[in-house]
Amino acid sequence: MTPRSLLMRGGRGGAIFLAVMALLAVVVPVLNLGLAPDAALHLPDYWVTLLGKYLSYALLAIAIDLIWGYCGILSLGHTAFFALGGYAMGMYLMRQIGTRGMYGNAELPDFMVFLNWEALPWYWWGFDQFWFAMLMVLLAPGVLAFAFGWLAFRSRVGGVYLSIITQALTYALMLAFFRNEMGFGGNNGLTDFKDILGYSLQSQHTRVGLFLATVVALTLGYLACRYITGSRFGRIIEAIRDAESRTRFIGYRVEYYKLALFTFSAMLAGIAGALYVPQVGIINPGEFSPINSIEAVVWVAVGGRGTLYGAALGAGIVNYAKTWFTTAFPEIWLYALGALFVAVTLALPRGVVGLLARRKGGTA
Amino acid sequence: MNRPLLHSMHRCMAVWALVLLAGLAHAAPPDAAYAEAVQALPEASFREKAALVAALVTQGHPNARPLLAAMLDNRLYADDRGVFIADADTTADAEPVWRDALTLNPADVSLGSRDRIRTNNSLRAALKVGLAQFDLVDPDAKVRIAAVRELSGDLDDDVLALLRAQQATDDAAAVRREIDIALAVYQLKDDDPALRLAAIEVLDGEQRNLVYNRVKPLTDPAHEPDAAVRAAASRVVAGIDGWREIYGALETLFFGLSLGSVLVLAAIGLAISFGVMGVINMAHGELIMLGAYTTYVMQLLLPNHIGLALVLAVPAAFLVSGLVGVAIERGIIRFLYGRPLETLLATFGLSLILQQVVRSIFSPLNRSVTSPDWMQGLWQINDLFSVTYNRLAIILFMLVVFALLLLVMNRTSLGLKVRAVSQNRAMAKAMGVRTARVDALTFGLGSGIAGIAGVALSQLTNVGPNLGQAYIVDSFMVVVFGGVGNLWGTLISGLSLGVLNKLLEPAAGAVMAKILVLIGLILFIQRRPKGLFPQKGRAAEGH
Repeated sequence: MTPRSLLMRGGRGGAIFLAVMALLAVVVPVLNLGLAPDAALHLPDYWVTLLGKYLSYALLAIAIDLIWGYCGILSLGHTAFFALGGYAMGMYLMRQIGTRGMYGNAELPDFMVFLNWEALPWYWWGFDQFWFAMLMVLLAPGVLAFAFGWLAFRSRVGGVYLSIITQALTYALMLAFFRNEMGFGGNNGLTDFKDILGYSLQSQHTRVGLFLATVVALTLGYLACRYITGSRFGRIIEAIRDAESRTRFIGYRVEYYKLALFTFSAMLAGIAGALYVPQVGIINPGEFSPINSIEAVVWVAVGGRGTLYGAALGAGIVNYAKTWFTTAFPEIWLYALGALFVAVTLALPRGVVGLLARRKGGTA
Repeated sequence: MNRPLLHSMHRCMAVWALVLLAGLAHAAPPDAAYAEAVQALPEASFREKAALVAALVTQGHPNARPLLAAMLDNRLYADDRGVFIADADTTADAEPVWRDALTLNPADVSLGSRDRIRTNNSLRAALKVGLAQFDLVDPDAKVRIAAVRELSGDLDDDVLALLRAQQATDDAAAVRREIDIALAVYQLKDDDPALRLAAIEVLDGEQRNLVYNRVKPLTDPAHEPDAAVRAAASRVVAGIDGWREIYGALETLFFGLSLGSVLVLAAIGLAISFGVMGVINMAHGELIMLGAYTTYVMQLLLPNHIGLALVLAVPAAFLVSGLVGVAIERGIIRFLYGRPLETLLATFGLSLILQQVVRSIFSPLNRSVTSPDWMQGLWQINDLFSVTYNRLAIILFMLVVFALLLLVMNRTSLGLKVRAVSQNRAMAKAMGVRTARVDALTFGLGSGIAGIAGVALSQLTNVGPNLGQAYIVDSFMVVVFGGVGNLWGTLISGLSLGVLNKLLEPAAGAVMAKILVLIGLILFIQRRPKGLFPQKGRAAEGH
């Protein structure tokens, strides 16, 4: 497969998605850094961070779409992987604070000093190194997804049952991370970050840099998913979605295909979490809550599953709506979100993307 | 010498004279002595009051018992005309009914002029002993036993003599045994090792805390020189320790069963909608919440009849949640049959809406629902074991609901149709079952039972918009663990998960126990994806 064919594989929607990514990568830095703060078209720093947050959500949505849209695995615990990636990044950022914390302890993060811990627990070792933390961003969600998927897919837990136990998984993790004894900051999580790779997180340039990193990660993630779904492996995945038993009877080891895809998707979600944390500035156990996972699934449903770019679009639409509603009409947000769930599942089974495609088909 | 002191000395001497007189009470007419002692009470110091109380007890005038009881409860008042007993605490809203302390006849006491007759700790202890002495000669054996128990903690020579006399004459064996124990506890402090040993022999087999606390020091060589006594004491203590362990296990089992009952109640409605119909209803928790709010509203409507409101809340909650359930089925779910994942998302959206509705109507703050009197308090079975009434009530309530549900499913025509539709929809339809109607009713039934669970939960926790969310994951776990489509499986799985949780709690802590149970469940589902009691045969293929 040539790189060119990979870029075009997503059809019109895919091409538009890539064009938007390229546009964002150019326009946002120019409007934010290139223009004076009082210029009419100046993009406030706040918006750079907000867009970065949306894009990391979009990456999470693509990860969910990969398994749900293409393989029929509805994970209601995908933010567990997102949060694990986020915690790995957060641990690195915590170690970078060094003596600038409230207690000025070079070795221990503030919350450990507060809890009278003597030494850094073993699972925090190595997180002062960026490369190690990045490895963990991939490995922590990857290993968990592999172990979980190994057990689940081998014993043929599927459909609704899988959804429910993924939900239990993230719920259990949430309860665990709320405990102070776990050594991840308990209720408050990890926050008060100072800098990343030596660059201050408060600086405008670092924010734009993180935004660009998110654009690159999202684009690469999209292309990787596109590559997978277009490959022979991807055809088998879709066959599993449509007729699992038949695929098994033909001779494919269905569980291994599912396991590989699930693990890859979890690592993608971990990357999204790692990009999310430095931009938002905090990670706490609330990220594990089952509601968040379900909300992420709704982004995919709203955008249109099984298209990848639709998932990214859905994440953008729903999160922008959330930002707008929660500032303009905070009490209506839950009504709107709930109604969106119901309306999309009843009226828009193919999501916004499906709606657009249908309209185009009707007029052409 | 200044005047007040002189005055107080005079008074003091008068009181002591009176006490002496009371000592010779057999000669004087008892009524007069009683009246004098009572009338001295308002002006007496605490020490003098103690002496007066002792005198009143010794006289044994029949009216003294209510008087002393009132004094102990701070219900005894005096004004310039005499001493009066209130039937209730005067701080309560209603004016109490007054009685004259001398005659116990109703009295008219004007507001404001009275003073309470005060007590202190040592006086209250003396009052308790005094009351017990009165009760010791009560015709009711139960009252006598309670009196001996009250006294047995700290005996002095007078009380000892009293008990011995009572033991010689009492006709109830249980009272005599109770006195034996009291005397034996006293005898544990005797200087003669043989007597101590004999006392321990008497106490062998008793489980009460008093015996444990008094015998325990005798196992210690620092307190007890005699080896034979130490050995006997150790045996008694070990026996009680054994009982404590058994009761401890019973208590864990009881807590586990009550937690399990909550889980079963929360899950059993889901066992119908998910287990029988295959519908994933993520708004199930909110239907529970609606039931809890129905209880709250019923109590607002009937503020003076808390118990009645609770009883009426059961059918009301069933109706409210059931009707909402039917509306959900007709409005959303029926368009999504055969698409379980979409159903899950739509009902989740609905749960958000329901939560927000409740927030808008009742405010986001938690509301507390009062428990009626008969659900409060403890049932003290013995010194080592007690159960709280509300937990007991939850267990019984769960069993009743479960039995009714079984009855509906197995003995009514609706139940027959529900089972027929769940086993083979097309065939049921061909036989003339109106499947759409059955679907709506089944879903309504499951939802209504969720509402009933909400009534029960309102008695355990505060009622708030997030009440349902806390139970949704647990409920699904219970249903999946028990085996989908199996009501008995749900019962057994809920109860065993509850007990398991409580078994793990002491070692791991509450949160960790919950995490361990969740992980255990995830692993269990991998091993047996169809739960503890999977459906077998053709019915299993129907889904």
